[in-house]
Amino acid sequence: MAITPNEVRWIARELARLDLSDAEVEDLARDLTKIVGYVDQLQEAKTDGVEPLAHPLELSNVFRPDNPQPSLPVDQALANAPLRKGDFYAVPGVFE
Amino acid sequence: MHVVIGLEVHVQLLTRTKLFCGCSTEFGLPPNTATCPVCCGLPGTLPVMNEHAFQLAMKAALALHCSIARYTKWDRKNYFYPDLPKNYQISQYDLPFSNEGWLDIETSAGPKKVGILRAHLEEDAGKMLHDEAGAGGDSLVDLNRTGTPLLEIVSHPEMETAEQARAYLEKIRELLRGIEVSDCEMQEGSLRCDANVNVHVPQVDGTFVATPIVEIKNLNSIRNVERAIAHEIDRQLNELKENVGKEWRIDESKTSVFGDRKVRRLEFKNKDGAWVPVSKTTAGFDDRFGRTEIQRRKEEASDYRYFPDPDLVPAIVSEEQIARVKGKLGELPEHQLARLRSQYGLSEYDADILVRNGRPFVGFFEAATEVCGDAKEAANWATNDVLSLLKARNETVVEFPITGHKLGEFLAEIKKRKLNKQRAREVFAEMLESGSHAVAAIGKLGIQSVADEGQLLEMVQRAIASNAKAVADFKKGKVKAADAIKGFVMRETKGQADTEVLQRLVLEELAKAP
Repeated sequence: MAITPNEVRWIARELARLDLSDAEVEDLARDLTKIVGYVDQLQEAKTDGVEPLAHPLELSNVFRPDNPQPSLPVDQALANAPLRKGDFYAVPGVFE
Repeated sequence: MHVVIGLEVHVQLLTRTKLFCGCSTEFGLPPNTATCPVCCGLPGTLPVMNEHAFQLAMKAALALHCSIARYTKWDRKNYFYPDLPKNYQISQYDLPFSNEGWLDIETSAGPKKVGILRAHLEEDAGKMLHDEAGAGGDSLVDLNRTGTPLLEIVSHPEMETAEQARAYLEKIRELLRGIEVSDCEMQEGSLRCDANVNVHVPQVDGTFVATPIVEIKNLNSIRNVERAIAHEIDRQLNELKENVGKEWRIDESKTSVFGDRKVRRLEFKNKDGAWVPVSKTTAGFDDRFGRTEIQRRKEEASDYRYFPDPDLVPAIVSEEQIARVKGKLGELPEHQLARLRSQYGLSEYDADILVRNGRPFVGFFEAATEVCGDAKEAANWATNDVLSLLKARNETVVEFPITGHKLGEFLAEIKKRKLNKQRAREVFAEMLESGSHAVAAIGKLGIQSVADEGQLLEMVQRAIASNAKAVADFKKGKVKAADAIKGFVMRETKGQADTEVLQRLVLEELAKAP
């Protein structure tokens, strides 16, 4: 199944929040088509009677007790914020 | 016409820490002081499941009569929003830890069983503060709430009125408070509700037209859930009337089945000129105007690109574990209500208030009753004075200085000494102030044992003998003149006479007076 440039634009803009040039869209459409083709090929494998695998590790029930641990000091928590206002992360207004 | 309502309820579980890290879940901490690399989504961190959250969620699911999955896993729900630092929410998609339960509700139309599709665990997002002036200024993000454990309870679309939706929410709140899984404070965001609403309008051919489903997001009070649904029903009916035959048409080619109804959907012409189904939308509710406002096209489930979270391993739940949690469930609110009525002879009203205020409050009432032996009086004090004091002092019954035992002693004491309500309240206030027991408080206030009926009678007779004018006025029809007699006795007893007994004695004696 071929992935069209329009599908790539929609995925990039709506789902991945990426701004792509037309050349990048063409490239990605080709790459994604190959990936989806590979998955289609995998789909052909007979899996009747095979239990779906939810996790590759043979581990289960890893829990921790409900005990509070120290959190980051606010200055450290906000150290990587592109923009800080007071003790908040600041982001472009969500409502225009 | 049929209204179809399904509710998605999010409740915050009563844990001390977040779902996947040790940060505190305490409400009202200063912004961004309860975060760590795990809940901020920094690279190289590993989430680890909070065992208590898992237990609480199981307890809730069992109380909702859900069946518990033996195998459950965690999935990532991917979307971009500034309050979601990892760009995905850890939730449960195809293997939730519980399925198919129900809740019994009671409305003016009678009892109803509402089916529950599933209950699953997920993490909360952060909190955003928007530029109130609407001037397009920056939005501020506080990530304290990020990663807080939530239980999402999804009902079947089986409610048919806004009143049923309200009853369902009230029942969930009562139940989860009762089993101490969540405090369900809507103002603090520990109970939140999204409502899915549409209507089925009958057609001449016996089928129904279904309006597009609208999901009203983030309703923050039970009253607003009811208001929003009522408004949304009207809005959809108007929209249907306005659009059919213009932008919309009824899909005559096929029907789907909903219960015993055959339902047709609506279509609109997309920009390529093809008729396609009108999709589900989301709406907000504007509290000030009491109306719902359509926001955006609902993203299809596949847009969230759910996939299993490789950082978290699955949980396997054994029969023994389920039995253990079931054993800890204790008495469910519905059973508690019935027991309070039969064991103590309480009215449905009193029993309901007690149960609705949670298990510790019922315990408070039962401790008081055990000491004083008067359930009716204990219920009266608990549901009136104590409840309003708890509200005024912003305390839980566990923090309240007067324990159930102390209330019981107090009630026994005022009964023994025949203190009237006013005096009793003074004693109660003194106990609250000083933290003392009833006997000590009575001593401190200098309240003497009140005269019994014989002594009161003697005082009334003396008052009548020495108040000829009042007696004469009374005989002339001035009923108020009796107050002078009562006042005399109240002064004699320093205000400690039982007002009801006094009233009766005064009227009896005045009637006998010449």
